[in-house]
Amino acid sequence: MNSGAARLSLWLLLTPFLLWIVLLVLVPHLQMLRVSFQVRESWDTLAWGLEQYQNFFTESYYWRTFVRTGVMSLFTTFLTLLIAFPVAWYIARLARGRARGLLFLACLIPFWASELVRTYGWMILLRESGLFSSWLQALGWADGPVEMLYNDVAVIIGLVYNGLLFMVVPLVTTLDGMDENLVEAGYDLGGNHLTVLREVVVPWAMPGIVSGCIVVFMLTLGSYLTPILMGGKDSAWFTGQIFTQFITRFNWEQGAALGVLLLVLSSLMVWLGLKLSGQSLRKVMG
Amino acid sequence: MIRSVPRSRWFDGLYLAYLVAFFIYLAMPLAVTAVFAFNDSPFPSLPWQGFTLDWYLADGSGGRTGLFHDDTLLSALWVSTRIAFWVTVVSVALGCVNAVLFERLEFRGKEFLYLLMLLPLVIPGVILGVSILVFYSGMANDASRLWGIELDIFRPGLTLVVMGQVTFIATLATLVIAARLRKFDRQLEEAALNLGATPMVAWFTVTLPWLLPSIFGAAAMAFLMSFENFNTTVMLTGSDTPLTVALFNRLREGSTPVLNAVALFLMLVSALLAMVTLRQKS
Repeated sequence: MNSGAARLSLWLLLTPFLLWIVLLVLVPHLQMLRVSFQVRESWDTLAWGLEQYQNFFTESYYWRTFVRTGVMSLFTTFLTLLIAFPVAWYIARLARGRARGLLFLACLIPFWASELVRTYGWMILLRESGLFSSWLQALGWADGPVEMLYNDVAVIIGLVYNGLLFMVVPLVTTLDGMDENLVEAGYDLGGNHLTVLREVVVPWAMPGIVSGCIVVFMLTLGSYLTPILMGGKDSAWFTGQIFTQFITRFNWEQGAALGVLLLVLSSLMVWLGLKLSGQSLRKVMG
Repeated sequence: MIRSVPRSRWFDGLYLAYLVAFFIYLAMPLAVTAVFAFNDSPFPSLPWQGFTLDWYLADGSGGRTGLFHDDTLLSALWVSTRIAFWVTVVSVALGCVNAVLFERLEFRGKEFLYLLMLLPLVIPGVILGVSILVFYSGMANDASRLWGIELDIFRPGLTLVVMGQVTFIATLATLVIAARLRKFDRQLEEAALNLGATPMVAWFTVTLPWLLPSIFGAAAMAFLMSFENFNTTVMLTGSDTPLTVALFNRLREGSTPVLNAVALFLMLVSALLAMVTLRQKS
């Protein structure tokens, strides 16, 4: 091919990509940033200002929810990692043949159902008229109906459930490629379970751990259904506040500011995760 | 901890118990949802009142309206299907073009553009929805106020939902198709060219058939992701509510076994699509 044709084909392929990334990602986000710095003076006049961000810092309801959402998301991510690791280890290293494929498939199945369906399932189990409550009463361990829904523990159970797959898959993928000789060498050199885990297995699995943690953290931070449907009056979630500003109050400026803050928090955590573990986004995601 | 290293019986037993507990935890919410779609009781809870298909088939005469006679849910199902169709078409097309762009061509700034391509995966879905709402719906408002032009296409509705979902589903489609293209043996294409095929003919007779499984896989995945999406969709939806949003609204009013019926229906559709994806992979 001559260089003219090569250039033409490059531009033909580049155009759809640029249209997509510019029109659907870059420009809308820049506009959101711009709107967050606008202050509505009357119905059709706008001025520049920091009012929305001031509101965030002065009204404790906003920043408390923000911090709460961040901390709970971190905790959920950590818990998901702890729960998923032994399972991923079993699938990647101990299970053989058919069992291996079946167990992996069993991990995938719940995620074919939508988040709404999964949350609904947990509501049926945990609520006052739910299954757990009925079972407890049938066993005689409770006198009356027990409400297990609408609290933070319920929210975390639901969030961990939603994140599991995104932790198990990258873990299995990295652990699968590990050379067992390394682990044997670790034991031969006098290591016990804990030192081998710390010195050999975890460093090897780091790309999978980071990739799983980033995705789970992101999903948790940005989740809406689970915390809103399973949380109680005191378990506000930041996405819920963004939603309220846009849909119920029509206060787009405030909503945009809250959106920018959430985006900053999530980007910061992703960046920090990559930096601390020495990974690159390309390696972790692509 | 590996097969060749001896483990104690006690450790093995504990490990096994943990795994069993894990898979029960995984299966329980879905199993319970599915079972209560057939309980002959107005509430999805114990006690078990017997098996019924009312929550699918009842026509409203006996005080019960099953899924197949519930016009709101059925029209929501149709809205979701239309959205998912367009999202699939656009995302897969973009995915093919992007895959060729990043796997086959060398150009300045490629690394940077690749990172941009991954960007939608690290932006929370709610934010993707909000930013598109602010930009396009804001634009429609401004156009209407300043010049009296009505850009109804950019008001919350189907078009915006499709745009919002394409934002991140196109990235996923690109990753799936690019992974397959990377494994393609370029000598096959060169052979075709040597045998006198034009680049176009070589692409359609050699490369595209090789990519086809991943294209089907990406399409099934895109359809599934679109159908199930809530976070981005809820911000952009207009008067036509997609199924997940309609279900959410119902759920807030209180739950009936019709919701279980819809949930089970959704699970089956997803399982079917997932089967397609998995078969393509193997």
